[in-house]
Amino acid sequence: MKQTYAWGAIAAIVLASTTGDVLLARAMKQVGDVGALWRQSGLWTVLARVLRNPNFLLGVLAMTTAFYSLLFGLSWGDVSLIGPASASLTFVTNAVAAKIFLHERVDRRRWMAAMLVAGGVVLLAA
Amino acid sequence: MTFRKYLVLAGVALCASIGDSLLSRGMKQVGGISLHHFSDLILAVLNPSVAVGILLLLGFFASYMTALSWADLTYVLPATSLGYVLLTLIAKFYLHEAVTTSRWIGVLLISAGVGFVTRGPALTRQPNTQSEQAQYGTASAGNRP
Repeated sequence: MKQTYAWGAIAAIVLASTTGDVLLARAMKQVGDVGALWRQSGLWTVLARVLRNPNFLLGVLAMTTAFYSLLFGLSWGDVSLIGPASASLTFVTNAVAAKIFLHERVDRRRWMAAMLVAGGVVLLAA
Repeated sequence: MTFRKYLVLAGVALCASIGDSLLSRGMKQVGGISLHHFSDLILAVLNPSVAVGILLLLGFFASYMTALSWADLTYVLPATSLGYVLLTLIAKFYLHEAVTTSRWIGVLLISAGVGFVTRGPALTRQPNTQSEQAQYGTASAGNRP
């Protein structure tokens, strides 16, 4: 039963983490190049634009959910399962979500990179 | 991609990996925290490793957000995974830990993944403004997947 809970937590971590990454990426694209904006209007303008962006706030909320799901998951399963499984799956789900929701050009090169890094993370944590 | 942007990506990888390591070391020094002594969790920030770890994780978040403002998510995530490789190298050559063959293969896979993604463009061009739409026209939709 604990194994089921652990995989449930992994699913929650991956879902929340992917949602958070996509929302934060969308927020920062809406804000624009931070370096250029900083030089043009100053740090406070950058901070105000980022902190007022609804996608940024929702993204932080999703990331917080992912963090607490990780904490719950660690209380149900081994860190050697929860850590690498959630980290590597997130690389793959992020590629899918970025293609669908952010309309990023996820070509063969980027798919290969996501798969290689996901496999590498699993081996590093093994 | 300019040198400054590569520095931001390096900042993401370095701050995340070193910050996590310092937090882990600091929390082991602090010891187990129970729900009955919840205030210990707040006092844990007085531990130097925990304090520096939190500062580095704040640095990670700032550099991650900066990178996402000019690069795709599917570029930033693999490109900054070099932090995992860095942690393994620190474990081997600084902490003198035993690194198994499967871990070295993992390092190779991640390095190959980073090499793949960084050879491509960092950003998918999408017409957001009228001027860009005029510049790229309707044919720019071909740039999308």
